[in-house]
Amino acid sequence: MFPEKAVADGLADAAHLAEVQGRSLWKDARIRFFRNQAAVASLIVLIAIGIFAVFGGLVAQYERDFIDFSLMGANQTQGAPSFATGHYFGTDSSGRDLFARTVQGTRISLLVGLVGAGVAVVVGTLYGAIAGYFGGRVDGFMMRTVDILMSIPFMFVLILMLVIFGRSILMLFIGIGLISWLDMARIARGQTLTIKNKEFVEAAVAIGVSPMMIILRHIVPNLLGIVIVYATLLIPGMIIIESFISFIGLGVSEPNTSLGALISAGAGQMQYGVIWQLLFPLFFFIITLFAFFFVGDGLRDALDPKDR
Amino acid sequence: MFSYIIRRLVVAVPTLLILIIISFVLMFAAPGGPFTSERALPEAVMNNVMERYGLDQPYWKQMFDYVTNIVLHFDFGPSFQYRDRTVNDVIAQGFPVTLTYGFWSFVVAIVVGVSLGVAAAIRHNTWLDYLAVGISIGAQVLPNFVMAPILLLVFTLWLGWLPGGGWNGGQWNYVIMPVIALSTSYMASIARITRSSMLEVLNSGFIRTARAKGLPTSRIIIRHALKPAMLPVLSYLGPAFVAMITGSVVVDVYFSTGGIGQFFVNSAFNRDYSVIMGITILVGALTILFNLLVDIAYAWIDPKIRY
Repeated sequence: MFPEKAVADGLADAAHLAEVQGRSLWKDARIRFFRNQAAVASLIVLIAIGIFAVFGGLVAQYERDFIDFSLMGANQTQGAPSFATGHYFGTDSSGRDLFARTVQGTRISLLVGLVGAGVAVVVGTLYGAIAGYFGGRVDGFMMRTVDILMSIPFMFVLILMLVIFGRSILMLFIGIGLISWLDMARIARGQTLTIKNKEFVEAAVAIGVSPMMIILRHIVPNLLGIVIVYATLLIPGMIIIESFISFIGLGVSEPNTSLGALISAGAGQMQYGVIWQLLFPLFFFIITLFAFFFVGDGLRDALDPKDR
Repeated sequence: MFSYIIRRLVVAVPTLLILIIISFVLMFAAPGGPFTSERALPEAVMNNVMERYGLDQPYWKQMFDYVTNIVLHFDFGPSFQYRDRTVNDVIAQGFPVTLTYGFWSFVVAIVVGVSLGVAAAIRHNTWLDYLAVGISIGAQVLPNFVMAPILLLVFTLWLGWLPGGGWNGGQWNYVIMPVIALSTSYMASIARITRSSMLEVLNSGFIRTARAKGLPTSRIIIRHALKPAMLPVLSYLGPAFVAMITGSVVVDVYFSTGGIGQFFVNSAFNRDYSVIMGITILVGALTILFNLLVDIAYAWIDPKIRY
């Protein structure tokens, strides 16, 4: 039913337009993306979360490391969320403002996701494109390396790293950067294998463009669509890894925090009837992941013609 | 087939070696040894301690001894923190627990995930399909460390149906929550993968032929569609296995089940390097073994694969 409608629309358009206007692939994709309501709604939610993470600190009535000693240990009775006290999300067990801390936690979680995706896009794409383009032994060696790295239980190695070199955000970024590009390298390689046999690559080879130039100017731009899709789908995974590490207490250290650390702390307070300390960070965690999944799905429908 | 297995084994061995080398390099790179403390020990005592744990040997010798001990005697060496126990003791105590709930989570994730996915594919675009898709999307954003507190909140604090933690020799009511917490997000992924691959298979020519022959639907699904549709699920099992073992860290900490994860985290905080390394390497070896089995099963089931 859908194609028929599209065809009908197309005919109607064609009848009205005097001259046919060409649509680029990207414009096509954009139109497809904005037709997907769930994806658009999720994009709006993501933007809202981004604004919350960046500017939320301005709204907070307290600094994130300010400890209200009168509320310390008494958050069960006096720390509940309220607009009167300025603790919009209540306080935690140490009397700190949960709103300010949730803002900070969301910021760290988003940052981890973006850094992981960034490494994946840069390293993974180039690695995969090089392996795929050169083929043969180079390809075999490079992809076997990826296979080997993939079958290592990285969470354990990451924990080992954090224990040995001490916990810090930098270490966390390094650890997440180390794993995030592997999947991307495989996807980019697979895609490169089909692209490299196209005529435009052949033409570039014929006029004597150097291999690296072909990869950068002709292969990588054609990979971009699929890379963007998988980068978006990778972000929730990265956020989950970071939260996992923070949850067991090895992630970012105080006074910094992340959603995983907040969920962990909130879960510990649950038994005293302090429910908000779990629910607010959990809410932000879940809607962030949801939004990324839906945006990623929408992008896939829009950019990856294979799955339609 | 046989040569394929051999070739896969040849790749598996260097993988394990790389894992061991990474762990060792990390340990040697660590500032301060495991016995560095505030109060400096007399030199003679320190030397004795170093000798006891073989830390006075050159690095390559330590690594070589470590590997040969594991391979020949399955001996992971002594714990650095507890004088009276070895890494083997820790593994023997924690591993059966982890394997028990890990196995059940695997079973639950596969059985529920596959049935959900198949049901959704058969009843494509009906309420059942939407329900299944809804469940799998919802479950995807509920990783084990989110599920664990939610389960505790609902089943222990609000309803009071299940005990909030402990193992109690693996009694069923102690196992339920760890299994649910561990399996939810993988169940979702398996359901999603099954649904899309089943849809693809159901649209293919040989299924149309089977329908045209007049075979009953149940027979078509079970005899013809299920096997090819399971291939993507099979290749997902490798990563799922790693994630299950990793998830045991959260489950153990949260439900105090006393599995391998609990020891791993405790050792991480105590800087008990030998236990951390032993567990990492054991998990790595299991992962590699499991991936190997999955690959072999894949080659066996999929007639298109070349080996």
